[in-house]
Amino acid sequence: MKIALTINNVKKEVEISPSEFLLDVLRRLDYMSVKKGCDTGTCGVCTVLMDGKPVLSCSVLAASADGHEITTIEGLSEDPEFKAISNALLEEGADQCGFCSPGLILNVYAMKKELKNPSEEDMKKYLVGNLCRCTGYVPQMRAIKKYFEVKA
Amino acid sequence: MIEIKEYYRAKSVEEAYEKLMNVEGAEIIGSGAFMRLSSRKINLAIDLQEAGLNYVKIENNEIRIGGATTLGEIEKNEIIKESFNGELVKALQAIWSVQLRNIATIGGTVFPRLGFSDLITVLLALNTDIVLYNNGRMPLEVFLEEKIRKDIIVELIIKKENRKLSFQYMRNSFYDFSILNAAVSVDENKDFRIAIGARPGVASLAKKAMGYLKENDDIEEGAKIAAEEMTYGSNIKGSKEYREMIAPVLVRRGLEEVLK
Amino acid sequence: MKEVKSSIKKVDGYGLVSGKPVYTDDLAPKNSLVVKILRSPHAFAKIKNIDTTKAEQLDGVECILTYKNVPRNIFTRAGQGYPEPSPYDKYILDEYVRYVGDEVAVVAARDEYTAEKALELLEVEYEILEPVLDFEKSKGSKSIIHPEKDYQSESFVSSDPKNNIAATYEMSIGDIEKEIENSDVVVKDRFYTQAQAHVMMEPHAAYSYMDMQGRLVVVTSTQVPFHVRRILARALGLPIKKIRVIKPRVGGGFGGKQAIHGEPYVALVTLKTGKPAKVYYTRKEVFESTYTRHPMRFDVTIGADKDGRIKVIDVRGLSDTGAYGEHALTTFMVAGSKVLPMYNKVKAVRFGGDVVYTNHPPAGAFRGYGAIQANFAIESAMDMLAYKLNMDPVKLREINMIRENETSPIFKIMGEGREGVDMIVRSCKLDECVEKGAKKIDWENKFKTKKEGKKVKGVGMAIAMQGSGIAKIDMGAATLKLNEDGSFNLLIGATDIGTGSDTILSQIAAEVLNVPTENIIPYSSDTDVTPFDVGAYASSTTYVSGNAVRKAAEKMKEEIIKAGAEYFEVPVEEVEFDGKEIKTKDNKITLQKLAEILYYNENQKQLSATGSYVGEESPPPFMAGYAEVEVDIETGKIDLLNYVAVVDCGTPINPNLAKVQVEGGLAQGIGMAMYEEVKYDKNGRLLTNNLLNYKIPSRVDIKNLEVELVDSYEPTGPFGAKSVGEIGIDTPPAAIANAIYNAVGVRIKDLPITPEKVLKALKNK
Repeated sequence: MKIALTINNVKKEVEISPSEFLLDVLRRLDYMSVKKGCDTGTCGVCTVLMDGKPVLSCSVLAASADGHEITTIEGLSEDPEFKAISNALLEEGADQCGFCSPGLILNVYAMKKELKNPSEEDMKKYLVGNLCRCTGYVPQMRAIKKYFEVKA
Repeated sequence: MIEIKEYYRAKSVEEAYEKLMNVEGAEIIGSGAFMRLSSRKINLAIDLQEAGLNYVKIENNEIRIGGATTLGEIEKNEIIKESFNGELVKALQAIWSVQLRNIATIGGTVFPRLGFSDLITVLLALNTDIVLYNNGRMPLEVFLEEKIRKDIIVELIIKKENRKLSFQYMRNSFYDFSILNAAVSVDENKDFRIAIGARPGVASLAKKAMGYLKENDDIEEGAKIAAEEMTYGSNIKGSKEYREMIAPVLVRRGLEEVLK
Repeated sequence: MKEVKSSIKKVDGYGLVSGKPVYTDDLAPKNSLVVKILRSPHAFAKIKNIDTTKAEQLDGVECILTYKNVPRNIFTRAGQGYPEPSPYDKYILDEYVRYVGDEVAVVAARDEYTAEKALELLEVEYEILEPVLDFEKSKGSKSIIHPEKDYQSESFVSSDPKNNIAATYEMSIGDIEKEIENSDVVVKDRFYTQAQAHVMMEPHAAYSYMDMQGRLVVVTSTQVPFHVRRILARALGLPIKKIRVIKPRVGGGFGGKQAIHGEPYVALVTLKTGKPAKVYYTRKEVFESTYTRHPMRFDVTIGADKDGRIKVIDVRGLSDTGAYGEHALTTFMVAGSKVLPMYNKVKAVRFGGDVVYTNHPPAGAFRGYGAIQANFAIESAMDMLAYKLNMDPVKLREINMIRENETSPIFKIMGEGREGVDMIVRSCKLDECVEKGAKKIDWENKFKTKKEGKKVKGVGMAIAMQGSGIAKIDMGAATLKLNEDGSFNLLIGATDIGTGSDTILSQIAAEVLNVPTENIIPYSSDTDVTPFDVGAYASSTTYVSGNAVRKAAEKMKEEIIKAGAEYFEVPVEEVEFDGKEIKTKDNKITLQKLAEILYYNENQKQLSATGSYVGEESPPPFMAGYAEVEVDIETGKIDLLNYVAVVDCGTPINPNLAKVQVEGGLAQGIGMAMYEEVKYDKNGRLLTNNLLNYKIPSRVDIKNLEVELVDSYEPTGPFGAKSVGEIGIDTPPAAIANAIYNAVGVRIKDLPITPEKVLKALKNK
């Protein structure tokens, strides 16, 4: 079947199978920032924004994304918020293997739009679906707190 | 492997129901959350996102939530935020992740009557009715006991009684399903509702304890009665014995909190 | 020091955070055949027949592999030094399947859907055998897991497959029985650790293709590209020169990628079809069919006099290597060699036991590598000893622990698989770690605080050591190449798997050459291009590969000076290089200009330098870990309120990256201590085979980690550095167990420490 997706502000018509999930379609279309990590909606490395909201692309049927707007990290490369978040992570050395980074950054990006003056606990709960095995989360949280402080 | 032959986006509940009944191997799907956990063959996947079931509203002192509304939309809704001392929002925010709540619908969460569900426990402790397209309106506790397989949740109706709610759960990691959960609510008439879930079976109401607490003030005893009127089992998250040990604790803590 | 001891950003950081296609699966050719593996539903069975006819007839299926049509060369998947300390007990595909998840057959098809369909069409007949599912009953069991005739191991590995033993080890110093008898206080107990899963975020992935010379190229997410090349050559029966292994960016490893996994399957598909082929493990496959940490059991006896002077430590171990003996002997030896030397004042010490096969998923390398298992047992027992002596556990450590310029006889006796290396610990700030940590957590007050109420707080501590590479075995090399603009390529076999080693090694080169790190362009690792290096394991990169880089850079400096001397026609003694300019008394020229002249104008030649390094010793990093917990006595729920880690890793080259190594290690150790439960059903099928059921710590669970690196200098390390990759993981299990005991008086001796175990122990108190 054919679906229409707006990916990073570009409209695309894509031929898909009804069994396909958004994650696999995005990777097929070369949006390689969207990673495959767990197949069960847990690890968060496949996070993308759908109509501005963070979702797990491994758990969204591509067909049900028909007509929606998708944002991946590739679409944010010039965005000042992306630059500020990623720079904060880099300064803390919180980018280790990097596999969870695009998903985490997208979720931080969404969190910034949604939460006003979140506490550290609020932030952790918002980001709990982004697992990381390299950093113990601590340097990531240092970076994210700094990013929120500077911007506030 | 998930195999879906055809996908159909219904424009109304009527249409969705008609397809569900007339196409063999048709299923209502949420977005696809947790779908990959098992191998499945679906001839027709019916998507309800455009069927007009996306809302949270108040009518006749009842909160009505459309069956295709996502948990994420519900937790952000002002009506929900202002109700039940904010505890319903807190309970929703303890469910898995932001990314999952943005795709999981309330209908998709309630309909399968999954044992580990936190939301069903909370909704039970609030006075919730469920409206099914074919089977009509019924209390949630009735729905949980009926063996309805093919139907569509049109909406959930939570009575806007002035209930104070407490949701208690035991998890080892925060980011997990509950080993056991309990929800307690009480209104001004001291009408308690107590539900215990993830036992690991799906939540049910502790009716004996609810009756006892109508007449008595002994919370400790009420919690004990609630815990004892349930059955428990073992699964990967915890043993029967452990669940039995913590059930009265969670209920008592819930009662203490709503009576504070 | 300008470039080292500096927290510069990772050189590859921006590429990673902006989602560039740099991991294995991102890079695989679009036309790659998709490889899927049929896996055993039985814990132990013999394949009577595989009928592939129906699958072969499916349109789009290009290749099917079974034990009947693959090379039958016995090998080990484990990526270690050579000769290999792991037994040869594995075939690419075998007629026996030895655990639920073992490989039965391989299908390659034009897409994933077709490959999965083909798997469903394979018809396999099994003869089900009696599995061994309890490692305490494996030795001498009637079921022999490895009956194959060509099973073999090196002479220093005492395998006994007929008794299901992959390896045994025994060592003893002094008279154990006499010292126990002469001790005033003796503690004796049994401890268990579980089969932790690595859960690196990127699953195992590999793809392969033939190059234009007809050589096999394998691109893989690995920690050990050179070992992969050697193992593949053996398994496939190809000369090493016919294989090239490339490691792109790797999404985490932790030891889980220190072996071959899908590589032989894609390679064989490519060899048979001539086409590119790729494999990407599902998370379920990562859990069920790669390998885990070795579960171990320890019986620990410690004797001390009444003043707390430890006289004897006796440790009897049993390790479960699962279906294959990967790292069987070496992890077991490390359990002794990286824990026991901490208590170097004992009169007698003994360590020994068996590593047995079972029909569970194999065990293998995992950060901490035996040390964390024994650390839990021994540091728990130390705590028990302290309480028995009525002595502060901190004081007990202070009386008995190793100090700077001391040694332990164990260093010489126990290496990895073989004899070790005698050494004096030249840098050891363990005393400072213990003291600082106690202050930071406010031990003095919190340890003694009266424990009351429904939520009770307590503190516990443990100390740990690790190594820095494997002395006399692990080798690293680096090549520096001067470019015409005065920049340098740094070619390293060392394998950055997310740790930042490309950055750290660049900093070391920059420091020696006195150039900015941005002028060093690191490239790792490609067996055709970069020099040899054993890879990222055994806490070796900063120390071993770092020393190789240091040597290469020193040589490069000499080369530059030599070229300057030739240019100015003066003796080399009269030439200096300060990083920017090459100077004599009267003349000077910039490096950039000299490079340009060298490559285009006069006396043309390429300047390059290679340095290699093998450690003569393996200086241990040390740490003290302090945990503060709060236990809910009504539910058993444990909140880890705070974890303080004070670490001596020598002088950190990049303090930020060193600290993150510790923080990440701590969280992984906390996971092993509290969350990561492993469960099988009665038939040996892993139940905790996805991230819904196997819980690594989440962001909310990790409350407060405080890491401090003490000021230390290791004279044999590059710019004073020791390793830091593993040490962070070692202390949490014991420190948390000890803190729970301090809070509520129950001691949990089997990991993980779950609320259920704590509550049950409280009820039985």
